[in-house]
Amino acid sequence: MKETEVTLKTVVLDSDKCIGCITCMRRCPTEAIRIVNGKAKILYDKCINCGECVRSCKGGAKRPVYDSFDLVESYRYKIALPSPSLFGQFNNLDDPNYVIEGLLALGFDEVFEVGLAAELVTDCTKKLMENKDLVRPVISTACPAVAELIMLKFHELADHMLPVYAPAKIAAKLAKKQALEKGIPADDIGIFFISPCPAKVYSLHREEVSNQKYISGVLSQSDIYFRLVDKMNKITNPRKLGKCGYSGIGWGSSGGESNSLGLGNYIHCSGTRNILGLLKELSDGKLDGGADFVEMNMCPGGCVGGVLNVENPFIARNRMRQLADKMKIPPATMEEYGLTEDFFIWDKAPEPSTSFQLDKNRFVAMQKLMKVEEYLKKLPGIDCGACGAPTCRCHAEDVVMSGGKLDCVKMEEKE
Amino acid sequence: MDCIRLEYDVDGENFSSAGNASESVKRTLKQMGVSAASVRRVAIAMYEGEINMVIHAHGGRAEAEIYPDRIDIYLKDSGPGIADIDLAMKAGYSTATENIRSLGFGAGMGLPNMKKYSDEMRIDSTVGVGTTVFLRINF
Repeated sequence: MKETEVTLKTVVLDSDKCIGCITCMRRCPTEAIRIVNGKAKILYDKCINCGECVRSCKGGAKRPVYDSFDLVESYRYKIALPSPSLFGQFNNLDDPNYVIEGLLALGFDEVFEVGLAAELVTDCTKKLMENKDLVRPVISTACPAVAELIMLKFHELADHMLPVYAPAKIAAKLAKKQALEKGIPADDIGIFFISPCPAKVYSLHREEVSNQKYISGVLSQSDIYFRLVDKMNKITNPRKLGKCGYSGIGWGSSGGESNSLGLGNYIHCSGTRNILGLLKELSDGKLDGGADFVEMNMCPGGCVGGVLNVENPFIARNRMRQLADKMKIPPATMEEYGLTEDFFIWDKAPEPSTSFQLDKNRFVAMQKLMKVEEYLKKLPGIDCGACGAPTCRCHAEDVVMSGGKLDCVKMEEKE
Repeated sequence: MDCIRLEYDVDGENFSSAGNASESVKRTLKQMGVSAASVRRVAIAMYEGEINMVIHAHGGRAEAEIYPDRIDIYLKDSGPGIADIDLAMKAGYSTATENIRSLGFGAGMGLPNMKKYSDEMRIDSTVGVGTTVFLRINF
């Protein structure tokens, strides 16, 4: 268990650059960072890989982890899976085929647009929303950081989650299926998702361990960007290779997924604070009967806001919108690709995390919580962060769990 | 075994602060390992209670006693009191003003929902003095 956790880290600390300021600790949506001996330590069992600490670190001390581009070379038949947000990274791009040709020029044998898979996910979701008794409001699970957050801190909303795989995984499944049908040996096929965020790096890596292997590696958009621009600049007349239309590329921005469903009664929301607020409302039952579908993207503005992007998210959004206007291809359907809902639906539901439980034994957990309440009465409640925990409550919980003593500068001042 | 006691002031001037008590109780229940289904019942019942205190009574106090197998919630206010409790319990009945309704509250589902999501509910109310709602939810 411990070993898998270590290999699954997607954000690591560059200790030399960390000055021990409390910015990332304060911004972390799951209270998963502590300042220990002047350095920001991530508690990986509470981390959802959202990348908020990478985004907020002033000194660049938080480093996202992803697979090296060199890994691509080790496969004979290389398939690239570019996400919709990649197409928003380039200045003056008026045709998505430049990106596709660029990826081929980089050495990939095939490009399968994740936006195309997103259109198929939309088609499947529409059918599920019509036919099945999904608990409303249905919560999108396309953003893996949101799905992780629900499993970690909002278990009570688990039955609202849309039980379909995210577009990147569907793209990989379909690309693999098609390559095998072409007669390419399974061992030769290398499928690489080019990710806008650490959360997708993490979730795909984890699924790769537990499920049938679809993805060989997850690359970073920022890592591939300059290699790609170099190739794209040499292309003059791109072929019409792209199959993704306006609907699929829209998924790269917040609202794209829900828009494509053609529902009137939906909410889309992005950014960690906004999402925590909305999940609280959902948890209190405030939206029961109040919305059919809720799309949440952890990054501001949607996937274009992921920390592995190069361009400012709002500039990228504008570009993608203009590009979408030119992409007249109608949304792909499951029928066209000979697929049924089974292709999309989860093999098994994700398990809720117990990382926030103070003890497996409820009586012991209660004793600890009583101690927490006792400590809270002593602490000043100003959440200054000087102790190295994001809130007084977190500090009280940490001390109860570790068996140490309260360590609060404000408390000492009082005494 | 003793229980975990939690107490909150519910601010009568502030709609958006309603839910703070239920938020904090939820955190404690999850840290105890209470099932998702029970957490959800507590969240909804308690949130409805908080909103009621804001709408009708200018706030009040929410107290929770958490035991290994259940939670007892007391929602106490010094508001106008409920003249006819049976009528107030009817789905769709509400004395909320138009202003409140225009905010999306006052649909007359508060007390019925609290009953629906709890295992026991008692209302003690005196017109002109105030109301205490007791909710018990077994895990």
